[in-house]
Amino acid sequence: MMDLNLGRERAPLLHGSREPSVIPSLSRRDFLKICGTMAALLGLGASAVPRIAQALEEAAARRPSVIWLNFASDTGCTEALIKASYPNAAQLLLETLSMDYNETIMAAAGEQSEEILREALKRGQYYLIVEGAIPTKKGYGMIARREMIDIGKEFAAKANAVIAVGSCATWGGVPAGDPNPSGLKGVREALGVESINLDLCPVNEGILVATIVDLLLTNRIPALDSSGRPKIFYGQTIHDQCERRAHFEAGRFVERFGSREEELGYCLYKVGCKGPMAYANCSKFRYNDRVSWCIGAGAPCIGCSEPGWVDKFAGFYERLPGVRVPGIGGVEAGADKVGVAAGAATAVGIAAHAIGTGLSGRFKEKAPSKKAGKAPEKGGGSR
Amino acid sequence: MTRIVIDPITRIEGHLAIEVEVDGGKVKDAWTSGTLFRGFEMVLKGRDPRDAYHITQRICGVCPTSHAHAAALCLEDAAGIHAPDMGRLVRNMVEGAQFLHSHILWFYHLAALDFVDVVAALKAEPREQSLKDVQARLKRFVDSGQLGPFANAYWGHPAYKLPAELNLLAVAHYLEALDKQAQASHISAIFGGRMPMTMTTPAGGSVHIPTVDDMANLRPRLLEIKEWVERVYIPDVLAVAPYYLDWAAVGKGPASFLAWGVFDDPSFDGKNRLLPSGIVTDGLTVKEIDEKAVTEDVTHGWYRDGAPVHPSSGVTEPEFTQWDVEKKYTWAKAPRYGDRPMEVGALARMVVAYAKGHPTAKRLIDDTLAALGVAGKPEVLFSVVGRIAARALETKLIADAMVEWSDAILENIKKGKKETFTHYTVPARAQGAGLWEAPRGALGHWNQIEKGRLANYQVITPTCWNISPRDGKGIRGTIEQALIGTPVADPKRPLEILRVAHSFDPCLACTVHVIDPVSNEVYKVKVA
Repeated sequence: MMDLNLGRERAPLLHGSREPSVIPSLSRRDFLKICGTMAALLGLGASAVPRIAQALEEAAARRPSVIWLNFASDTGCTEALIKASYPNAAQLLLETLSMDYNETIMAAAGEQSEEILREALKRGQYYLIVEGAIPTKKGYGMIARREMIDIGKEFAAKANAVIAVGSCATWGGVPAGDPNPSGLKGVREALGVESINLDLCPVNEGILVATIVDLLLTNRIPALDSSGRPKIFYGQTIHDQCERRAHFEAGRFVERFGSREEELGYCLYKVGCKGPMAYANCSKFRYNDRVSWCIGAGAPCIGCSEPGWVDKFAGFYERLPGVRVPGIGGVEAGADKVGVAAGAATAVGIAAHAIGTGLSGRFKEKAPSKKAGKAPEKGGGSR
Repeated sequence: MTRIVIDPITRIEGHLAIEVEVDGGKVKDAWTSGTLFRGFEMVLKGRDPRDAYHITQRICGVCPTSHAHAAALCLEDAAGIHAPDMGRLVRNMVEGAQFLHSHILWFYHLAALDFVDVVAALKAEPREQSLKDVQARLKRFVDSGQLGPFANAYWGHPAYKLPAELNLLAVAHYLEALDKQAQASHISAIFGGRMPMTMTTPAGGSVHIPTVDDMANLRPRLLEIKEWVERVYIPDVLAVAPYYLDWAAVGKGPASFLAWGVFDDPSFDGKNRLLPSGIVTDGLTVKEIDEKAVTEDVTHGWYRDGAPVHPSSGVTEPEFTQWDVEKKYTWAKAPRYGDRPMEVGALARMVVAYAKGHPTAKRLIDDTLAALGVAGKPEVLFSVVGRIAARALETKLIADAMVEWSDAILENIKKGKKETFTHYTVPARAQGAGLWEAPRGALGHWNQIEKGRLANYQVITPTCWNISPRDGKGIRGTIEQALIGTPVADPKRPLEILRVAHSFDPCLACTVHVIDPVSNEVYKVKVA
């Protein structure tokens, strides 16, 4: 291991003789590249690039106000936000938007941060982003000695648009899993507003940024599915867009982790992948500068794009019932419980576009709960 | 006497409030409150033990990989297995990248603004073109009147001491570090699929099999961060520290330190980890850990009262009454190690390593003490300055180790030693412990499996230790103790309180947990 060389490194910095390392301002070329990437992520052609550039430049000139309220969360969605690449966190938070309130990053605290909130409420004209679920039991979630639900209602009422980021904000998330000890609810249910729901746990940073850019571009709420998710990002199953789909069709599966089949990138359905029932474009947007995504890295999807996923898909390494598997010549056990037959000629017994048809809801009712096969309890639930 | 309440404390993870009593310009008493309850352990009960890997990650979006790995180790302990060597290396890389991410983010984006006056950077007269550019951007930003995340802070407070040039340099590096923290997370994602929330390293090892492609993607990112830590992060700490040396005498706390240890070597023994397990008390007296010495007390938390007991046998029920610092004032419990509150985190790990004679930790710390003009006085580390320095030095130590681990992975690939996963059967009845570290400190998971399902699951997170309230004997928690004696120049702008609180890098989402009142049978926990 290298020595610190403290003396050598310290002196130039203090005396300014070494050109410090800083990020240069964004060049025009890089800016257009970002706009090009964004156009592609929004499913728009090259002709949209100048429009996106214009929308971002107009935004940069006035920097629309964003109030980001963090409730019963683990801050994973703020963490996701600062991984964004197109544009990146500095460009987005400091140069395009005015992130006026976000407890995780803001300099002000206590009375001074409360003052920012009061002024924002007076001023209005902000986008509200909610991260985290909303506790409905008194005392279970407080900021500045106020109930989170009261703060949420107050700010949702005056917002230009409300974006709920991540599972917690859309439906309650993991801590709302059975028995939901804090009575957590999502934004729509707890605050009674029509939020744009960006499911996934955490939100995919590309989807979040693209949603914001789309709002700046169109000034309209995008087309949403019955769960409040933008159809453009959540319209198809992960399975239908999966890079391993060809292996599924050919009946080539990973049976054991760490195996030769895994090395060859075979389908993960048999080791628990929930891709056939999960609606999101993870395979397209990928994560973290688009270096990878769950299935890409060899991990079965846990279905975190779906409301209620933590109970609905519990047994994350158990095979998803109701999927007709090629090469086996039949439907896997459990299909009858789900009762969904694929109309399509594909081998998959799950309709590709369940959203809006109520299919997801039906699955939710009939899917085996995590309680199935559970050891008997003395009281369960508690309280 | 003045009472000050700071609620919310910002630039941390989660929901924390601090109340202090100030007399004669110094803090005389302090209370820390966690203000959110989620009850993860209740959600875990009855589930497939393998699912804890994914569920516990949602306890904390800042350190999900630490929960992932504590959960994986916990189930591996119950099943009596270890990951193969490649699995171990992949975990170390995913975890290591998270530490780099977390420490860079903490220093530049969470803590630095307590010491760097952003607005005062406009007064600098830089000679370098790149700094002139940053200053021009900053000026446009401030002139717009929309200060965004920098609005309404304590700018101009007399406790800010840096010269304008250094303020400007720090602002420039704040921007640059936004990119570096993301780069570090991208390394986690190359092996883990995404970050936050890692996907590939459950009990058994790694389901991802590293490839040469991974390494080609990863190595430039890692080397870039490693160089940046050496050339920018550590020099920045050393440049700023001389202006705040009086903060080496503030924020001491109980001066007792606990580390479960992190980053396994092939022995899978906590004592042999890159950062080893251990307890340091009474100066630099070091002992091995005895996990059974841990108790939790709920006298001042919003839980039904009970005697302090080991987490595996506590009887606790959430019960919000009212906020009263004389009675109950937090959702946090009070963990104690042999009746003592403990400090956990980078400082605890580095102090334990130092006291155990860890050669790299010793050299890094001794060099730093010499550079700050306090050679041979490691006790100055028990302070706000010490925590800042410890995180920076640990970042370098881990970045260096990651280069070695990535070499080892490449070597394994070349030799065809690709086994990443140990197959196992979930035991019908067993118990396990997963003792590990998050960037913020010692993290413990305990499970109990009955009929192949989780009958009980317990988590004690780092911030549980640090933001502990008083216990039944009235002994203050770690941050509460650290706050006492902190100078407060202006009660309306309590910047100094933030410095002490931030030095612990609190993470509140992690903190609040509960033991299910129904099924908590007494069981003996094995020490990993």
